[in-house]
Parts: sequence; C-alpha cells; structure tokens
Amino acid sequence: MAWERKVGKAMHFTINGKNYDADPDIRTSLLDLLREHLNLTGSKKGCDHGQCGACTVLVNGRRINSCLTLAVMHQDDEITTIEGIGTPDNLAPLQAAFVKHDGFQCGYCTPGQICSATGMLNEAKQGWPSHVSERLEGDVELTDDEIRERMSGNLCRCSAYPNIVDAIREVAEEPA
Amino acid sequence: MADHTLSSPERLSTLDRAVQRVLGQPIDRTDGPAKVSGDARYSFEIEADNALYGHILTAGIGAGRIDAIDADAARAAPGVVAVLVDDPRLPADAVNSFDKLKSWRLGHDIRFFGQAIGVVVAETQEAARAAARLVDIRYAPQQGRFTPDLSHPDEIEPEGLRPPVKTGDFDAIFAGATFRYDQSYSTPIHFPAAMEPQATLARWEDDELILHSSLQSTGGATKAVGRALDIDPQKVRVIAPFVGGGFGGKTSVGAEAIYAAIAAKHTGRPVKIVQTRRQVAALAHHRAPTRQRVRIATDADGHIRAFGHHAVIAQRDNRSFVEPVHIGTTHLYAGDARLMTVDLARADHPTSGAVRSPGEACGTLAVEVAMDEAAEALGLDPIEFRRRNEPKVSPANGKPFGTRKLIECYEEGARRFGWDQRSAKPASRREGDWWIGHGMAAAIRSNITVEARATVTLEADGSAHIETDMTDIGTGTYTILMQVVAEALGLSPDRVRVSIGDSSLPRSAGSGGSFGASSASSAAALACQEIAGKLAAKLDAEAKDLTLQDGHATARNRRVPLTELLGGEAISAKGHAKPGKHTDAHVSASYGAHFAEVAVNAFTGEVRVRRMTGIFDIGRVLNEKTARSQIVGGIVWGIGSVLHEDGVIDPHSGQFVNPDFGEYHIPTHADSPPIEVHFIEEVDNLANEAGAKGVGELGNSGAGAAVANAIYNACGIRVHDFPITLDKLLSALPEQD
Ligand code: FES
Ligand code: FES
Repeated sequence: MAWERKVGKAMHFTINGKNYDADPDIRTSLLDLLREHLNLTGSKKGCDHGQCGACTVLVNGRRINSCLTLAVMHQDDEITTIEGIGTPDNLAPLQAAFVKHDGFQCGYCTPGQICSATGMLNEAKQGWPSHVSERLEGDVELTDDEIRERMSGNLCRCSAYPNIVDAIREVAEEPA
Repeated sequence: MADHTLSSPERLSTLDRAVQRVLGQPIDRTDGPAKVSGDARYSFEIEADNALYGHILTAGIGAGRIDAIDADAARAAPGVVAVLVDDPRLPADAVNSFDKLKSWRLGHDIRFFGQAIGVVVAETQEAARAAARLVDIRYAPQQGRFTPDLSHPDEIEPEGLRPPVKTGDFDAIFAGATFRYDQSYSTPIHFPAAMEPQATLARWEDDELILHSSLQSTGGATKAVGRALDIDPQKVRVIAPFVGGGFGGKTSVGAEAIYAAIAAKHTGRPVKIVQTRRQVAALAHHRAPTRQRVRIATDADGHIRAFGHHAVIAQRDNRSFVEPVHIGTTHLYAGDARLMTVDLARADHPTSGAVRSPGEACGTLAVEVAMDEAAEALGLDPIEFRRRNEPKVSPANGKPFGTRKLIECYEEGARRFGWDQRSAKPASRREGDWWIGHGMAAAIRSNITVEARATVTLEADGSAHIETDMTDIGTGTYTILMQVVAEALGLSPDRVRVSIGDSSLPRSAGSGGSFGASSASSAAALACQEIAGKLAAKLDAEAKDLTLQDGHATARNRRVPLTELLGGEAISAKGHAKPGKHTDAHVSASYGAHFAEVAVNAFTGEVRVRRMTGIFDIGRVLNEKTARSQIVGGIVWGIGSVLHEDGVIDPHSGQFVNPDFGEYHIPTHADSPPIEVHFIEEVDNLANEAGAKGVGELGNSGAGAAVANAIYNACGIRVHDFPITLDKLLSALPEQD
C-alpha cells in the first residue's frame, strides 16, 4: 500500500528558545510532536488522557498536559520542556534538588514532576490559591499540604512523593 | 571464575574488610542527572530510521469466538502498511518462559475482554490508531465466567508458587482452644500500573531480533521471546537500560513486543508499539482478587496454638501462576498447628500474576488485621500479642531463621512513633471533625536467593567496569553495583562504570521478587574477590592481608598504586552467585513494623493518613538513600491498597470498568503523608554473599493493615473487605454527642 504523504504547510514552533519546523499529521498532539517528530523525548507519555501529568510542559510559562492539546494550536507559543529547564551537566535548582532528595526512582514521571513544580512555584508566587488554601487572597505560604495539593496532578507510581515534596520545599525556600 | 554456591554460613569477607566507605552510604543515584533532565531514553524513545508504528487490536467481548475480521477498509486507509490478524504466533497477552504456549496462543478464541487479536501497522501513530477503528470484527459471544465464586473454588490442584502448609492436627486443636478467631476477608484486583506503559521498538538485523523493550529482565526475556516467536533465543537481544517502573507487570514480555517483532519481520522495517493505558490493564497481568479466611486459636494467655490462613484466588485458564497468599504467614507467628492453603477459581479474566509483594500485599491485609482483632479480644496490646508469639525457629518446618530483628523493629517503631500515647479504646480521640486513631502491623517479605552473574574488569588505568544484564527499574541498581565494586576494590565512586540492561551481558535474574540487588551484588562481590586475590598475589600476600583503598593496594607494609601494580594489564573476573544447600537449610526473610496515624472524618467517613513510621530489617543496607526510597514507595502502595485501589470487572461484559488512572486510583501527592523510615542493620550471613535481603516489596507488606487498624482505633469500625472506602464507614460512624 503506497503512502502518499500529504504535502501540508510545515508548522513552526518555538521550543526552549529554539525554532523548529515540522510537518506532522494534523491530529498530532503536542506531546507526540515533541517525542516522535522533534526528538525531544524528555516529556513522557503515561496515559495520553490527561490523567497522570507525565507529559507536563510549560506553554507561555503555564503548566499543561501536552497530551491533551494538538500541536497545531501552539505555533505562536513559547514552549518549555524538561530539556529547556536544565541539562545533565547544568541542572536547574529543582533538578538538582530532585537528585539530592531522591525525588524519583524509575524516573518516568520525573520530567513532568519538575516541569509541573516549575509552573507551580510561579503560580504560588503570583498568589494563586489552591483547594487547601485558607484564603483566596494574599500571599501563598507553600506549606507541605499546599505543595502536595498543587502537585497532585502528577502521579508517581514509584511513590517518591515525600521526597519530591522535600525537593520542592527546598527550592521554594531558597531566596529568589 | 569465582563460582560460589552458598553451602556454608561463611560469607565472603571482601565487603566486610573493605574500608572505602562507599557501600551503604546514601549516595545520590548515578543515573539521576540523566533522569531529571529528560536525557534518559526509555524503550519507545530510541531513535530508529524509518520506523513504523503499530496499534494493537483488542477484543470487544469477554468470551466467545471471532467469526470474521474484515480489515479491507483499514488496509486501504492512508498511511497503513499492514494489518496482521492471522499469524498463529500473535499472543493474546504477555508471554513468559514458564506457561504453556497454548495459554497465550488463542487464535480466534476470545477468553477475556481486551485480549490482543491483531495489529495495524502504519507510517504514523495517528494513522495506525485511526485505521484500527476501521477493522470490522464479527464475534460469536458466549456467556463468560466473569464473576468467579471465590467461596467455591474449582476442583483444581494449583501448581503455583506456594505449596500448602499443613502441620499438626489443625482442626482438633482449633476446635478445642480457649480462644478462637475466625474471619473472612476479601481483597480486590490490583494493577501494577507502572507509569511507563509497556512499549517496544523491534528491529531485525538479518535473523537477529533486537528489542528495545520495557522489561524487568533482559536475558530472561530472550527465552520467552524465542518461545513466542518459534525462534532461537540466542538470536534475540533485549535492551532496557531505563525502565519506567515494573512492579511485577514487566516480568513477563509484553504482547506488544511480540507484535512489533512479527510486524517488523513482515514489513522489513523497525516497528514501535506502545500499549495504550487502557490496553495495559488487560494485556499486562494484575494481582488476583482474593477471598481469605484467617483462623487463630490461642490459649488463655494469648499463645497461638493453631494458625489457619486459607485463600481462594482467580486465574484464567491455562495460566499457572497462583497468588501465594500465605507466603508471609507461613513463618510469621508461632503455632504448632498450621493450615495454610491457596485454592483457585478459574475465570474469564485477564491474566493474574505477580504484582509488587505477591502474597504478602494481600495476605497481610487479612492476617495483620486479624492479629489486631485477636489481640483486642484477648485484652492484649497488639505488640505484646506479637511478642508472645515470636517464634525462635520456623514454626512451619523447624528450620532456623537468618537474621530476624522483628521484635527490635516493633520496639524501635513504638518508641519513635509514640505508641504509648495511643488509646487502646476506639473512638476516644477527637480533633475537630476528625476521629484520630493509631495502628500497627508487622511487615515480612520472604527473601529469595537466585542465580546471578557479573563480570568485573579492573582496567589498567585503575578504574573498574561491571557488566551484568540486570535492570534498574527505579531500584537503584546502577548506583548499588557501583558502590559494591567501589567498596570491594577500594575505588572512589567516579572510578566505576556500570553497564546493565542488555541481554548480551552476563546473565542475572533481572528485577523481581526483591532479589535483584542482593543477587547481582553478590555476583559483583564474588568477581571483586577474585580480582583482590590476584592483586594480593602480585604483592606476594594473602587476600586476607590486602587492603584496597583510594586506588591503592596495601599489604606487607607496602602501599602501591593500582595502576603500578597492574603494570598496564587489566584484570577481569566473573562472579557467579547461586543458591546452594545452605539456602534451603534456613528461612530467610526481611522484616519490619509499620505504625500509622489516621484521621477519619466524623461526618463523611473520609480517611486521611496523617503520618507513618516504619522500622525495617533488610540485612546489609547497600545504599541508605535508595533503600529508604524503596520502602517509602512500598508504604505508599500499602496506603493505596487499603484505601483506594480496586480493579473492577463488569459482571455482564467481563471488561475492566476502571482500566486507567482516571478511575483506578493510585495514591497521589495529597494521599501521601510524611513517612519516617529507619533500618536496624545486621548483615545477614546466611542470605547471600552480600549479606543483603530484599527491600523493594517489604514496605508494601503490612502497611495497609497498619492503616486499617488505625482506622478501627479511630472510629471503631472494622472493615474486612478492602479497600476501605468511605461508603463502608459512613453508616457505622459513631454517634455524635
Ligand atoms: S500522558 Fe498526559 S497526562 Fe498522562
Ligand atoms: S519515579 Fe517512577 S513513576 Fe515517579
């Protein structure tokens, strides 16, 4: 069976500050664009249904599940993936804290946890309340309960949760 | 070659004499930077030129036959390269090296909902998935056995892991005892639910098959793949340097690996297949549902005279694994009369198999709650009841134990947790809207010694390289093997290179049954011992008089750099650890004690676990940090199994009602309380050369029961059918004042 590639208009993306061109199937999710077309495999697929958070990336600074959105919708966005947060030789503070506190085991949920935590720390800084916040207004104090609540969209079957909270707390407490 | 069988209680002294101070230290994982930066590549992420994508077709009925498959429309769909539905080797689900071929070669017979029946292969994932919907499958359905009656097992002699335990005249002693406890329990289906779904990239190089596959063993998997494909296992290479969790579910080879291999052969191109999350539920095995009966008879002082633990579990036809429900109970408490058995009910369910802590995970939920209930009925503190029934030798076969620090675990745990602050009377502590309760339970995980091989090379430059086909599924293998070699050869951590996760390396047993780290470490230690012997000879010294530290060898008052001693030549040695006579001569297990504090909402019955403390005896601690993480993970699993996890099969269709994370609730951050973990370390001379016992499954054993006992202490409600969801508490909550 011959496969005739539909010649479409290439799509353009800005990811981790770099420009990418790709010509994926129009049905391609942002997650599959990263993993299957751009060789950015740090973002993981745990469920493909928005249930696990392994695919979390930052779009214009906000954390989203990249499996739940189509690539074609993000051509004008600034996308940050785990590869843009730090590299093995130059880890970002959160990444280093995850290593120090053993905030992972198999490592499969880890890029999502770290991207999510990056977005979450920003949300807290901007005063976004959560389900467990005492007040809806004012500064957010990132207690352990707040961290746990705000990170509950990121599942970890290895259950490194307490260590992840330790890592995030340490970074949250660092003077910015 | 250092070929070593454990036939005497003499352990190798290599690690004991070592002075490098690397082993046991809480060293950061060496694979950490790769994992936190997204640099670590899992099987589906390996680059392959010109790869095709497969999408597995699954059955939409739970029992019956396929009458016809019309794949014309799918074959004509854009991007589709092939639709394969007729190859007799296409497996129904995962394949392994021990079940009969007919257990997974089902052809067009449908024996469970979600059974794999074919594969669509296309240029893109999107095209394969879309075309899969175009395949028209006509079925002749039959009535399936979707709701097995676990109170009436089938008349089958199970051929599973665990022989029955029958000592003394149980019936007579139980009937005549002063105190009798007799209670039934049930536990549901549990999914392993590793975050990385089963995924494979398959490619052929001539007649050699290369599988990048998410598996717990590599060498072991080649045999299963060879059988499934009717090819020589020597022609199969399995590569898995990073595995996104296993938890038992990746001990068998995923169906997608076989489909990908067949499709790659058929198309002449590499093929990638990942199971969808919902496919995983049916295609990977789950922990069987159980019905259990626990009977405890004691004298007036609470000394156990008879212990009964009977279970019935479900399994599909022709699958031989039987959940070893009483494996932990066998040697746990005193009682000369013992009756412990597992029976089987056949069901048209997906395959059941070994999921993290097989036997103990579900067995302790019943037995450790039973111990709590019996203690209360006897008017004893649950720790005191256990202390009175701590056996000196195995009560099942009279054999001595290896190290067993269970009493110390209870005592240390009680002290750290503040057990003396607990009120023995249920529903006596209230904080606002919440009833507060405390509970404890024992943890036990039988320790298994398996065969493992490793090659260690001390390079001419004084660095070392260890090679074994072992996997790191999050267990810390990369780091632990580095530590063993660094310790034994006196090297700093950065001077040791670890190669694992490839079946072309020396054969280990892979990861599973908590035997991985201890067995592979033993093989590594044996290899290092041989190298040390050769280095000693170069100094005209005995191995026992040699000290290796910081890249130098010292003996007979001479301290020589290894590079100089090696004189430009590497030394390589093979370690081969295996169980021997001694393994059978004693009973080996790791132990622990869990303590839980919970809050039960007085109005809604919602349960929150507030904190947990656990003390554990795992023999030698190979890495304090990774060992602790393994235990913490296991404890969170215990919380999941007692409060949330419940795989439900629809009685009408036989399909899983909740095959994904949206409906099958594994614990989240918000469910995971602060967890305090400590070890009581005593090197186990009898367990293996490394003196280490299993860790990965221990934390999960008993943790759920401690929570269940704390729930009872909080609100006075005993639930015997797990999980303890709030609907089971709501109608019985204490009256409000
Ligand atoms: S893969 Fe996107 S949420 Fe699970
Ligand atoms: S580290 Fe394995 S799932 Fe989180």
